[in-house]
Amino acid sequence: MSHAFIELCHIEKHFAGVHALNDVSLSIRPGEIHCLAGENGSGKSTVIKVISGVYRPDGGEIRIDGETVHNLTPIASIDRGIQVIYQDFSLFGNLTVAENLALNTELREKRRLVNWRRIHALARRALDELGVDIDPSAEVDTLPTAGRQLVAIARALMSDARLLIMDEPTTALTRKEVETLFGIVRDIQRRGIAVLFVSHKMREMLEISERITVIRNGRKVAEGPTADFNEGLIIRHMTGHDISADGYRWEPPEEGAGTPRLELAGLSKEGAFSDLTMAIHPGEIVGLSGLLGSGRTEVALSLFGMEPGYSGDIRIDGTPVRLDSVQQAIAAGIAYVPEDRLTEGLFLGQSINRNILATTYDSIARHLVIDRDRASSLTAEMIRSLSIATPTGEKLVGELSGGNQQRVVIARWLLTNARVLILNGPTVGVDVGSKAQIHRIIRDLARDQGLAVLMISDDVLELVENCNRILLMHRGRLVAEYDAARINEEDISETLKSFK
Amino acid sequence: MKYSLPDFRRLMSRDNNIVQLIVMTIAIFLIMAALNPDKFLRYYNFESITYLFPELGVLSIAMLVAMLTGGIDLSVIGIANLSGILAGLFFHAVYQSADPSGGVGVVALGVLLALSVGAAAGALNGFLITRLRVTPILATLGTGQVFTGLALVLTGGPAIVGFPPAWDFIGNGKILGLATPFVLFVIIACAMSFILSRTTFGLNLLLIGTNPKAAVFAGLRKGRMVFFSYLTTGLLASTAGIILSGRTNAAKSDYGTSYLLQAILIAVLGGTNPAGGKGTVAGISIAVVALMFLSSGFQILRFSNHLIDFIWGAFLLLVIAINAFRNRVR
Amino acid sequence: MGLFRRSETIIAAILLVAMIIIGLINPAFWQLDNMFSLLRSNVVIGIMALGVLLVMLSGGFDVSFPAFAVAAMYLTVKGMLAIGYSGVLLPFLCAVAIGVLCGCLNAFFVYKFRMIPLIVTLGTGSMVRGFLLGVVGTSIVNINRFPPELIEFAKTELVSVTRPDGSHSGLTAMLLLYLGLALAVHLVLRYTMIGRSIYALGGGAEAANRVGFNLRKTIFFIYCTAGALAGFAGMLHCSMIWLANPRDFVGMDLVVIAAVVLGGASIFGGRGSVLGTMLGVFMLVMVQNSLIIMKVDTTWQLVVVGIIIVIATVATAWRDRRRQA
Repeated sequence: MSHAFIELCHIEKHFAGVHALNDVSLSIRPGEIHCLAGENGSGKSTVIKVISGVYRPDGGEIRIDGETVHNLTPIASIDRGIQVIYQDFSLFGNLTVAENLALNTELREKRRLVNWRRIHALARRALDELGVDIDPSAEVDTLPTAGRQLVAIARALMSDARLLIMDEPTTALTRKEVETLFGIVRDIQRRGIAVLFVSHKMREMLEISERITVIRNGRKVAEGPTADFNEGLIIRHMTGHDISADGYRWEPPEEGAGTPRLELAGLSKEGAFSDLTMAIHPGEIVGLSGLLGSGRTEVALSLFGMEPGYSGDIRIDGTPVRLDSVQQAIAAGIAYVPEDRLTEGLFLGQSINRNILATTYDSIARHLVIDRDRASSLTAEMIRSLSIATPTGEKLVGELSGGNQQRVVIARWLLTNARVLILNGPTVGVDVGSKAQIHRIIRDLARDQGLAVLMISDDVLELVENCNRILLMHRGRLVAEYDAARINEEDISETLKSFK
Repeated sequence: MKYSLPDFRRLMSRDNNIVQLIVMTIAIFLIMAALNPDKFLRYYNFESITYLFPELGVLSIAMLVAMLTGGIDLSVIGIANLSGILAGLFFHAVYQSADPSGGVGVVALGVLLALSVGAAAGALNGFLITRLRVTPILATLGTGQVFTGLALVLTGGPAIVGFPPAWDFIGNGKILGLATPFVLFVIIACAMSFILSRTTFGLNLLLIGTNPKAAVFAGLRKGRMVFFSYLTTGLLASTAGIILSGRTNAAKSDYGTSYLLQAILIAVLGGTNPAGGKGTVAGISIAVVALMFLSSGFQILRFSNHLIDFIWGAFLLLVIAINAFRNRVR
Repeated sequence: MGLFRRSETIIAAILLVAMIIIGLINPAFWQLDNMFSLLRSNVVIGIMALGVLLVMLSGGFDVSFPAFAVAAMYLTVKGMLAIGYSGVLLPFLCAVAIGVLCGCLNAFFVYKFRMIPLIVTLGTGSMVRGFLLGVVGTSIVNINRFPPELIEFAKTELVSVTRPDGSHSGLTAMLLLYLGLALAVHLVLRYTMIGRSIYALGGGAEAANRVGFNLRKTIFFIYCTAGALAGFAGMLHCSMIWLANPRDFVGMDLVVIAAVVLGGASIFGGRGSVLGTMLGVFMLVMVQNSLIIMKVDTTWQLVVVGIIIVIATVATAWRDRRRQA
């Protein structure tokens, strides 16, 4: 252990009565790819902030190169070669790639003047070293997410990094881009630079890392070589209990399947998808996956009336409908739980009640004036039936946990008498415990209320466990359909990989 | 139990905002009364305040409506003046001073005309902001300039005078012993408070101001609602213009230019979040009364109007500092 | 960079077309006299626009600079009269210092309390003007009492033409001051770290902080420089018109902001250039000037400026939407 680059020994950290880190130890060797696993709120980001000098621990010590460091400040941490790549990359969209890359160096050398030739040379070298082909004079805003991430990595490596901390780096990437990223991470490793990979995606951790440390509730609960772990074990450590997952079964009723809830016939939209035909029956949960850019999100947005100008037929319970606006879609019984809960789903500064009623206000208001009794009985009923953990609906929705917030969004749609529920990435950014609960809610809704559910996700395992059928899209077309009971996750993942 | 504690505190702090405003109002009142008890505490002083503050109060409510969705309306003064001037020109064209009824019918038409000017101006702002996606600051800066410019073109500079007596009644009359402008303000404040807190329109504005993107995904008609919010702002601004020109019995292209700053100050002081999603008519009403005490007190102390402008500016900065400090402590 | 260059070429092209049209309507537009007076009108607005550009690049909004400019010029001239000083350099330095001081006030509130710059500058502008008119005075210092050295200085001409009939027209040398300041601001923005930090701040305050920019320094630099430019412009203005009026520059904020937006700067920060701003200023001044040449009543000026703001902002909103698409 004496060869460790950085060691955290028995770190303690308190925030206003909360024991955020409790006796956490972690050691990272040079050139090691180390995974830090934990649910949201487990203390992962506190650990990052301790290492990067943003937080000072209340107890324990930090050793870098075997030497105890007191008073680690953000600048000292950077000087020691520790670089953090945040989820938002901290890049300047209005500046060129070259300038984004060179700014740190220029600032560190306390330069006052800007030499553009030098900046371009610096940038060129950094990009070449990483082996990526990005135009240094392109504006960062014009790059795709993966490109921006590469710029952020290149920037971090420019300052003689010895440890690169990546916070949930794969969240916004396609599968192919994740593989490119992993290739680059392994390259970085060969240069003797350690990588701390912070994640809650089991598969990726197992694939990339050499050691895994799992924390839960601010304590380290497991540590060891990756070979000693498997998915179930990590989940058990992260959540403290086993999460059993048996698949969702749906059998057509005896008298036959009847009219499908949702039926698409030859649905096409220029440049997004073409000739989609599918049917979802009441009570069915159908999964939809595909690489980013396969057209799956566009399909969902079209069904929700946000992409007018499609051709083909949409029928709900056998009735043809035209969905050219969100209001038409809602009236037709379609509900959509968007991809990004915080920015697209919730009104964070408002109460739970208002969040639940947002879409329903029009229907409980006579001559525009809201019926307050109706409003409070509806919200109370929703809070109870979805067991949202709150004493009162007046509480701000921002104060709820991720899982409870997602329930609020689902509650909103239950009030619209939705018949078709479309979920786009229903558990992105939700921790493993809540994930299972949200899955249960979705299953119950389908089974008990006869909703037709279309679940879009990157997480193939999620689809296999919760859907009775899974569809794959590629380049705007439906290319495969599986019975979830007869397929396993690996096969679907293999198929997805073959799409590149 | 774990959840109930912060929730209780939040409820308190929400009421606190109003409580703090009331405390501040009383403090200003006491200080001004102590500095000059003879003049400040006279009935006449309070009566004149009830004539003076409504136009500013209505403008501040207009500002609140624009700020609820995270916008701002810099054209309110232009709208107010243009409405008054058009009404004045209308009277010049059709009204004979011999009319024994004081021109009630003509004035009713004039009010209608002024309000439709406000509605049209607000609709133009709303169109620029929702359809052409211009930032509210720039859109209303430009239209405000246009409205003021049109007012100047129509009058050629000097004030329009000679309004019918019924128009004068709007600004200087009494209803049941209370100043007409004051009665109008109370009616408008109650109506707007009800609209903002109890109707779908008001709640939609609050939700849109909190998170415009989520509003679209929740199926709210964002464009339409924001459009109507600027229409409402325009209507309120022209109402303020009617009261202003009724009180002064004149209309001019550059009346009330310092009201813009004051309306923004009152909105911010009254607890409106300029970024959207938060603000109440009650807060605005208390803030406007507080600031009226302040400015009337200073006038009694023979401060010039310019010095009072200085004080308004300083007060705005002070409020910003206090708000920032309070948020940091919390 | 290509995008910037493109939007500037578009502005320049529109400008050229407009000049040709105006010239066709009234050939007097192309006369030397008119050209000289057009350029002369650019100077003060242009210098103010440079300051507004800095603020807008950082994502801020400044409506206080006309008050600062008036305060700087009026206090300086009053001071000169009080002590009987006459000279050129010192008064300008003094005006700049007053501008910097006022700018500090803006910077303090924007940085310390993180308040929306529009609201802060509304407050500071009202304070400074209220102080000036309420405490210092409201009387105009007219040509009889105005320091002659300043008048002489501002009369300096770069090119001077005397025609056979004895009429005289000249191009003011103050244009050089404007061009010099514009070049200086351009160089600062492009070739110094503090200049780049303004763009970085406009691109994202959080990211700028993480990268290690000293935001306090940047914000103070922006608002103090804007104040200095306003003070300088105010002093130059009164020297050029030979009188100091404490009620001057009312409504100037809109004209200058319109010019900067016209020049392609984004109100959200991070995008904009000195060249674009100068073109925007030229365009606006030219339109105002041509209204006079085309014998349009001066009361229409506000309307025209307002319409130009609306059109310019609609155009930039349209451009930004296309950039995102």
